[in-house]
Amino acid sequence: MLKLIFRRLLQMLLIMAVVSFILFLVFDSDKFKKQIATAELGGFAVSTLSEEDYQKWLAKKGLDVPFHERYVKWVLDVLRGDFGQSFEKNTSVASLIGERLINTGILAFWVFALMIPLSLTLGVLAGMKEGSFQDRTLSFIAVFTTSIPEIATAIILTVILALGLGWLPTKSAMISGWDWKQLVLPVLTLVVYDFGYVARMTRASMAEVMTSQYIRTAVLKGIPYRRVIMKHALRNALIAPFTIIVLQLNWLLSGVVVVEVFFEYNGFGKLLLEAALFGDVYVIQAATLIAVFVAVLSQIISDVGYTFLNPRIRFS
Amino acid sequence: MSEQVPVLECRNLSVSYFVRAGEIPAVVDFTMKLMPGEAQGIVGESGCGKSTVALAIMNYMGRNGAIVGGQILFEGRDMRTMSDEELRQIRGSKIAMVYQEPMASLNPSMKIGDQLAEVPLFHEGVSEDEAKRRAREMLSNVRLPDPGRIMESYPHQISGGQQQRVVIAMALLSNPKLLLLDEPTTALDVTVEAGIVELIKEISSEFGTSMIYISHNLGLILETCDRITVMYSGEAVEVGDIHTVFNNMRHPYTRGLFNSIPVPGADKNARPLVAIRGQLPLPHERPKGCYFGPRCDYFEAGRCDAGHLPMEEVAPGSNHFVRCVRFAEIDWEALKPKPKEQEPIEPGDVVLRVENLTKHYEVEHTGLLFVSEKRTVKANEKISFRAREAETVAIVGESGCGKSTFAKVLMGLEEASAGRVQLGNLELSKLPVEARDGATISRLQMVFQNPFDTLNPSHTVGAQIARVIKKFGIEKDPERIRERVYELLDTVKLPRDFADRKPRQLSGGQKQRVGIARAFAGDPKMVIADEPVSALDVSVQAAVTGLLMDIQRENRTTLLFISHDLSVVRYLSDRIVVMYLGQIMEKGLTEEIFSPPYHPYTEALLSAVPIADTRVEKRKVVLTGELPSPTDPPKGCPFSTRCPYVIEGLCETTPPPVRSFSDSHTIACHLEEARLTAMEPVIKIDDDPAQAAE
Repeated sequence: MLKLIFRRLLQMLLIMAVVSFILFLVFDSDKFKKQIATAELGGFAVSTLSEEDYQKWLAKKGLDVPFHERYVKWVLDVLRGDFGQSFEKNTSVASLIGERLINTGILAFWVFALMIPLSLTLGVLAGMKEGSFQDRTLSFIAVFTTSIPEIATAIILTVILALGLGWLPTKSAMISGWDWKQLVLPVLTLVVYDFGYVARMTRASMAEVMTSQYIRTAVLKGIPYRRVIMKHALRNALIAPFTIIVLQLNWLLSGVVVVEVFFEYNGFGKLLLEAALFGDVYVIQAATLIAVFVAVLSQIISDVGYTFLNPRIRFS
Repeated sequence: MSEQVPVLECRNLSVSYFVRAGEIPAVVDFTMKLMPGEAQGIVGESGCGKSTVALAIMNYMGRNGAIVGGQILFEGRDMRTMSDEELRQIRGSKIAMVYQEPMASLNPSMKIGDQLAEVPLFHEGVSEDEAKRRAREMLSNVRLPDPGRIMESYPHQISGGQQQRVVIAMALLSNPKLLLLDEPTTALDVTVEAGIVELIKEISSEFGTSMIYISHNLGLILETCDRITVMYSGEAVEVGDIHTVFNNMRHPYTRGLFNSIPVPGADKNARPLVAIRGQLPLPHERPKGCYFGPRCDYFEAGRCDAGHLPMEEVAPGSNHFVRCVRFAEIDWEALKPKPKEQEPIEPGDVVLRVENLTKHYEVEHTGLLFVSEKRTVKANEKISFRAREAETVAIVGESGCGKSTFAKVLMGLEEASAGRVQLGNLELSKLPVEARDGATISRLQMVFQNPFDTLNPSHTVGAQIARVIKKFGIEKDPERIRERVYELLDTVKLPRDFADRKPRQLSGGQKQRVGIARAFAGDPKMVIADEPVSALDVSVQAAVTGLLMDIQRENRTTLLFISHDLSVVRYLSDRIVVMYLGQIMEKGLTEEIFSPPYHPYTEALLSAVPIADTRVEKRKVVLTGELPSPTDPPKGCPFSTRCPYVIEGLCETTPPPVRSFSDSHTIACHLEEARLTAMEPVIKIDDDPAQAAE
């Protein structure tokens, strides 16, 4: 087990090194440097800039140093915990990303807090009696909500809840401080989009467990049906969805760009988009490292959790 | 006690499954009466509805099954009128069930102790501690060593035999009135099976539990039951006391069944098995009248196909019933089977030489962090034997004995670690199959165990056979290939239009015939048959073994027959190699293996095999203990951990010497020659000296 985790972490470092190197290489081209200058100084200013002044600007930003030196310096800085400065926002990357991560973390927490109980309950209810009316209704709802793209869900919910009923604000930028009301729409959009997927996985897993021979044994042992479900079916049925739920963590970190941008929510995904458009190398680099870290971490959690839930693997 | 209420009575029970195509009757007009303390056997081939009967009694029919007629009376009350709650209270407490696959029947993520404790917890409302105490006590009642450890284990941590004992313990925990056993030993090895059967017999005498024992194995039913019901295609066709039915069967199907199983008297040359022709009709294709009619030798148009047949008592008061309109007029004595006798085949020169063949696997066992220890699995250890042309050599052993590994080495799927394998003049031990030329491959072919998985489902039967012919370069011209495919189908006795069928349209026996046709397409010198009939029903088994024998006779093929089934092996092989944990324990001519001196393991194996013949008397040798892990075999004799004759201090430490008893017969054992020679025969046949002399 420890060996597995260790191997995963090694893999993670390797992925980080490779990805950051490639990104650095891409952003080192003249074209990208120009783009940063354009973004910062404006297109007109750059076109009138003399070659000498441009070089000066590069020197000021530390972009004139040869590529490998910059990369080594950056790696060493990262190891010391310094992620550099954002070109666009002129703050330290670490504090910028930290702030955004907390925002996305709050979002993800509420999405999970609502989505997991909802999708597991519905999945189990549907899978308990495969083919029943209850199953078909729930399965239809699950397919329906998952099939609508996030952006459409976001628009529909905004139109109904914010513009129509006026219960909630349309945007979630939280300009005048933290406001829980502004969190509702992004969370709701993500839950509606995501719960169907997890519910369907849970349903499939539950339905399979219900046809297994050990459930037959449990029923024919004469124990109450409630206990058959709660004690015998549930645990085995939840092994497969657990893995999927943990992997949603990864999706919530960087896959929610659409929702964050739509609601102007200052989260990690939105930051990523802004940085990419601006060519903000150090922000992108740091964000990438974090994304890789979370991806590997969720893999490890799902592996460890899977072993924990499944004694057949735990003891072999 | 003359007016006892039957524990269970099924009256004209009918069960159907409802599928998209409509109603499929699985059990029709089934009647049975089970008295207290009685053990009833239900036998029949797959699809005859015997498991459906058990599940109907439990009232657990799944979503698409339903009882459509008749009554099931449990202690006089109709179970069909009971509420769900009443049923729940009976299930597991008054009626308990033991299942075919113990591993699948236990919850993989719950400790065994908790699974057992549920029974008294929910049926008797005892405290958790009391429930655990009873569970532990019951585990020791089913002769499980170290119940405390097993209580804390998960199902996958114990062996298959132990799992089945746990399931039996679970069934007995509430002291049920009725125990349903659905093929309880089919998934287990024979020596383990013998232990379970012994346990079941002890239970029935100790607790007085009534039992319904469902099996396809007539021998097992004979060992365990008082009465027997023979089922065919959803109907009971013959019911009676076990000895009456075994000795004086009155239904042609029962007769056919008995003629197709290899009992000790059968012999491939003098008394070959007689298979039942045709095949089981599908439920929606059952004929009018007698369902067995189209396969019956005594079929009489106008009477047998007139309408639904009732059960009739053979003689008033005999308690022997049969569903046949002609049973009274058939001369059962005169019509003993008349198989065609055949000349024994003369074996030719030695074709296969195996010398000191050894196959070890390195298994990496990963511990914490980087500590990984390498373990060696000794799958085959110094195996030596020879096989001659046109001879059948059987390799016998239980699971894990290394017989399949040996086949893999021979086929070139694995390389030998040491030793030599010579086919003719060709050394095969280090020659993987990719390095073999077409001619070598076609000379050495294999028939696989599971005909259901070995045919490609998306190609026609003809195309699959044709591909082999093309690959081996036997024929090039498409016309000739087609011709050769037809010839092969003729050889395996399949209609020629089967060439255009897909595997899913074939029955198990037919698929295995295709497998055989494919193996024989390249006119092989030698065919390895790895458990070729163990997945098939008995009546089909006889036909397939018969077919193999016929083709062998014609082509003078050497047959290497790998099996765990000593009855089949005895019937068709000339010589036998007995393996245990990768080593040869005993080898010799068939009659040498089946008569003393025995290796203690052979003795236990012979004793374990159930024989469906009332004249046979067996000496009981029941092994205790579990098969050791192949990664950690005993240092000395591999069998020493379970051997009833073990010599303390010698057998565990020193490998046994190989003792020769004739040119062909050797035994690897520490026991003195005199002691081995003095062993009593395991199988005795009572009243027929001519056959006992075999």
